[in-house]
Amino acid sequence: MRPFTAALDLRRYVGRWSLHSASHAGRFFFLILDLVRGILEWRIWLPRTFELTLAVGYGSLFIVLLVAGFAGAVTSLQTGYQFTGQLPLYVAGGVIVESMILELGPVLTGLILAGRIGARYAAELGSMRVTEQIDALESLGRSPVTHLLLPRILAGVIAIPALVVLANAFGIVVGYITAKSSLGLTYADFEFGARYFFKPLDLWYSLVKSYAFAGAVTVIPCYIGFNTQQGAEGVGRATTQAVVASSVTILMLDTILTKLILGTAK
Amino acid sequence: MSIELKKVSKRFVENVVLDGVDFFVAEGETVALLGPSGVGKSVLLKHIIGLIKPDSGEVWVDGQLVPTLGRKELAALRSRIGYVFQNGALFDSMDVFDNIRLGITDEDLYGDKEYCVQRVKECLRLVNLPEEVGRKFPSELSGGMRKRVGIARAIAGKPVYLLYDEPTSGLDPVNADIIDSLVERLQQEIGVTSVVVTHDVRGAFRVADRIALLAQAKIRAVGTAEEIIASRDPVVQQFLERDLEMAVIQSGMAFQTPATRRGAGGGGTP
Repeated sequence: MRPFTAALDLRRYVGRWSLHSASHAGRFFFLILDLVRGILEWRIWLPRTFELTLAVGYGSLFIVLLVAGFAGAVTSLQTGYQFTGQLPLYVAGGVIVESMILELGPVLTGLILAGRIGARYAAELGSMRVTEQIDALESLGRSPVTHLLLPRILAGVIAIPALVVLANAFGIVVGYITAKSSLGLTYADFEFGARYFFKPLDLWYSLVKSYAFAGAVTVIPCYIGFNTQQGAEGVGRATTQAVVASSVTILMLDTILTKLILGTAK
Repeated sequence: MSIELKKVSKRFVENVVLDGVDFFVAEGETVALLGPSGVGKSVLLKHIIGLIKPDSGEVWVDGQLVPTLGRKELAALRSRIGYVFQNGALFDSMDVFDNIRLGITDEDLYGDKEYCVQRVKECLRLVNLPEEVGRKFPSELSGGMRKRVGIARAIAGKPVYLLYDEPTSGLDPVNADIIDSLVERLQQEIGVTSVVVTHDVRGAFRVADRIALLAQAKIRAVGTAEEIIASRDPVVQQFLERDLEMAVIQSGMAFQTPATRRGAGGGGTP
């Protein structure tokens, strides 16, 4: 009997998991559909989007630049450790610039913002859900998607790529200053190395990644927060899930986009 | 202009909340939906406004079958319904003025700032709150004030229907009395069709034309206060004995409950 019961339990587990996944996929699809429909109601979401863009942008600027600065400095020091005496010094310029633009700027910014913006969105919307504020909005004949979700998502989609560009620039500057002081790299060598390895596609790649990450950092936490259940515990769970899910999605998108864009460019 | 639920059933996973419930509210009438906490009164109320869809059965409001309505039709219907949430459900990022203003569901009027200022002032007056409250945030208000702001928001759009979800829960008897008077007065002043969900028997008897008792996923009794008191259904009697005695103790009012009737015959609760 025991193997039979175990097989039955496994079937039940797989069945429940499949239903759960299908239900999430369906709800996520309808949310995206509602978001697209909501774009037409720009009078509602536009003013709030401006406010939130400023809040998200200014609020995250310090931590984003701090992390980018450290990333630039560490890249510079590690380049010195690995290449000094074996490769010309100008290579360090190329490594710092390419590392920041291609990977560190977008990914680190995305991960930091998954924790900062993603957690905020999930907690805000989750609290609104469990205190019936979202139901209240619906009861007034107003769309929560247009009033609450669209401004948050659009604010992220505007602010996050801008933050990535600033993070790239700041990381490169700090990387150069570190290389200059620790490796004795001149500006001429740095510029030569940077130009030697740089392709315009690198900037596009960085920008495409930043938009994709902006989507992950905003849409996923908004979905999870919007569907929060079970009080304060549910809000805590939603916040954690939002950060984990958006961080994992960023890493997956990073791999996929690298393969799609850089893999086909060669 | 009526509300009608026909054979409505709803279950959450394995928990049957409503089991073939029939419920009717005529135009201009106030019906109190009584029942113990957690029995599904709020779920029934949310069916009326389309926040929850039934597993089976029909929900008719204003001659429209609510679960089948599209987004726009549902939004239009909701703009004719005022919903007072149990804990106010005020938007904590907005001050009281903006909360009430959001209740103005006509987009043209919502955009008219002068009208909004006047309407918000009028709603604050209707719920006995001073104008200065408009500048406060929900976190700065007491429980009773939050309930009243919730009512003000619900009536701001001049609804045809008003649905109250536990308007007096969590309030002391004095504040509960104030809210009950307010519900009564609004009924007289704006003459809407109302459903008051509550577990407060005294309040229900005071504000409602008819009372329905929801227990064990079914409507166990419907009628006037006298008819409900006279009901011989043991579930109704048990509920009234427990809650009405408490109400009588609190208010000093001498309701003729099944328990007090037995007491008059000797051997029961005096």
